[in-house]
Amino acid sequence: MNPLALVGRIAQLLPVLLGVSVIVFVMMALTPGDPVEIMLSGQQVTPEQVQAMRHDMGLDRPPLERFAVFLGNALTGDFGLSFFHRRPVVDVIAERLPATIELTLAALLIAIAISIPLGVAAAVHKNRLLDRLAAVGSLFGISLPGFWFGIILIILFAVHMQVLPVSGRMDYACEVAPFTRLMTIDSLLRGRPDCLADALSHLILPALTLALPMAAVLTRVQRAAMLEVLRSDYIVFAQAKGISRRRVLWRHALKNALVPTVTVAAIETGSLLGGNMVVETVFGWPGLGRLVVESIFVRNYPLVQAAVLFYAVTYVFLNFFADLLYTMLNPRVRL
Amino acid sequence: MHSTRSSATEMSEPLLSIRGLKTCFATRAGMVTAVDGVDLDVYPGECLGIVGESGSGKSVTFASVIGLVRSPGFIAGGSIAFEGVDLRTLSDEGWRSLRGRDIAMTMQDALTALNPALTVAEQIEEVILAHANDLPRGGRRDAARLRAVEMLRLVGIPAPEKRIDDYPHQFSGGMRQRIMIAIALSCRPKLLIADEPTTALDVTIQAQVLDLISDLRRELGMSVALITHDLGVVAEHTDRVAVMYAGQIVETGPTRELIDRPRHPYTKGLIGLIPRLSDLDAPIRPIDGQVPELIGLGGTCRFYDRCEFRTPRCRTDIPMEAVEPNHHARCIRVNEILRVEEVLQ
Repeated sequence: MNPLALVGRIAQLLPVLLGVSVIVFVMMALTPGDPVEIMLSGQQVTPEQVQAMRHDMGLDRPPLERFAVFLGNALTGDFGLSFFHRRPVVDVIAERLPATIELTLAALLIAIAISIPLGVAAAVHKNRLLDRLAAVGSLFGISLPGFWFGIILIILFAVHMQVLPVSGRMDYACEVAPFTRLMTIDSLLRGRPDCLADALSHLILPALTLALPMAAVLTRVQRAAMLEVLRSDYIVFAQAKGISRRRVLWRHALKNALVPTVTVAAIETGSLLGGNMVVETVFGWPGLGRLVVESIFVRNYPLVQAAVLFYAVTYVFLNFFADLLYTMLNPRVRL
Repeated sequence: MHSTRSSATEMSEPLLSIRGLKTCFATRAGMVTAVDGVDLDVYPGECLGIVGESGSGKSVTFASVIGLVRSPGFIAGGSIAFEGVDLRTLSDEGWRSLRGRDIAMTMQDALTALNPALTVAEQIEEVILAHANDLPRGGRRDAARLRAVEMLRLVGIPAPEKRIDDYPHQFSGGMRQRIMIAIALSCRPKLLIADEPTTALDVTIQAQVLDLISDLRRELGMSVALITHDLGVVAEHTDRVAVMYAGQIVETGPTRELIDRPRHPYTKGLIGLIPRLSDLDAPIRPIDGQVPELIGLGGTCRFYDRCEFRTPRCRTDIPMEAVEPNHHARCIRVNEILRVEEVLQ
């Protein structure tokens, strides 16, 4: 791998970030509503007090100037104070991020564990029962809305069977000293199997809700890629060598057929990190998605700005990571 | 008359014996009979050439032999005996242990036949690991690697111990073809099916690769089925030849004799296509017309539409007839054609 490639990617990132900042700023500026009014609604305040608060937040200055100040500060790593938390935006985001990362990773793992074997099996048994079932299952997974599926899972496992908690991330009884801030991993590291079980019981339903639509897409992609690869000469040649069928499929075919799956998985992971607001809300998951939704409602400009920039950075790096995986899967690709 | 008939053909039992092979493809347009009643023997140590144009069934015949007819194709009838065992009765595991060890195959284009995502080392070692049962316990991988390096050296890859960990795309076309041959021969098969081994190569490399196959055949004592559309290649590298047309064998015999005294009009046509150094001004005469569609054939000689010698009597299924003890042709006018030939000369 060429270290220059990483530098190149970071250089590409700068214009993306600038563009994203402009768009988010303009959209927030055009959205009707005033954070000060929202914060002070229902309270007895004088116009002077309102004015003082606006000045305090820098909202009395013209938009262009506000944008320039934001950019200048952002370049030094200062994204300002969250209007509501009265703490640096970066701290607030950092607090919520691990929950979202944990949920995303869990969903990604489940989706991969389902889709790759299923996609391969569907391709191998093309047009037979298993393939048809996988196709129907994928169609459901793609077309059913995530929140609906989440609610069904809650009704089934939390309300009727009462085997899993309805919402939240961890029982209050479990206090694990933070290390990675991923509850499952920290419980493991601190040797608390009871907390691990608790964390997993909270994690499983939201993770499944996110994983199933993703698995549906990845299964289709994996099946199509595998069918394409199975037609290649090198598969016939591998069979002619008399090596085991398992090796032909899982080594010769899959290594080539993983490339499109990796691409799509990277994109899907990016959108999970940024876009699981609905599922986080349904399950009361204390992640970044919910924080951003709440912040938009109360016009918490600094937090929304910083969060969206974070999404953009994540996206670019996930794609870079996917490209790195390509070079491992396909040696002809050079970064 | 030449007597270059391979002595092996008369002395020993055939290694591979195909009888009445019929391989079909179920297509939307109907059932395509790509191979229709092929009888063929390959004897130990000989090189049999199989000639014919695209779609004549030569590759499908040998895909049937190694059990790798691509979907939607299937073997509809006949028998394929290898060392007396009917391959059509083999289990999956039986096929697995036969392929690569007893019967190996090379494909037309090594660029597509070698896996782009795996190193050359892995692609050779896996065959050796799958079949060799004399590798030392505990050191199987190292021993397989040593053998893989040896094979690469045998086929003429320079500095094989260094290059073995490279990927296929890092080699030239000729080197890739040699690597594919090394893979096919790494377990010393008794029969090598070489499917158009030179079609994808530059002319200068073609001769090298064919010579390599011939040398290794003698060195390893194996039989080779050389599938090609080039009768010039056949003339130089094979002991016997079978000419295929529209799914049938139309002529078979010792190479020298078949080329000097072709009996079937189609073989004569093919020979007219070989440029001759002795007579460079002689025009190359193409065979007019096209191969018939392979759906619902029967009731007539398949070459009928393109044949210069056709008569109303040819509108029937023509059997193979011996014209010499080891020379057969599927034509009812072989003797007349021979006479014409003699008069012309």
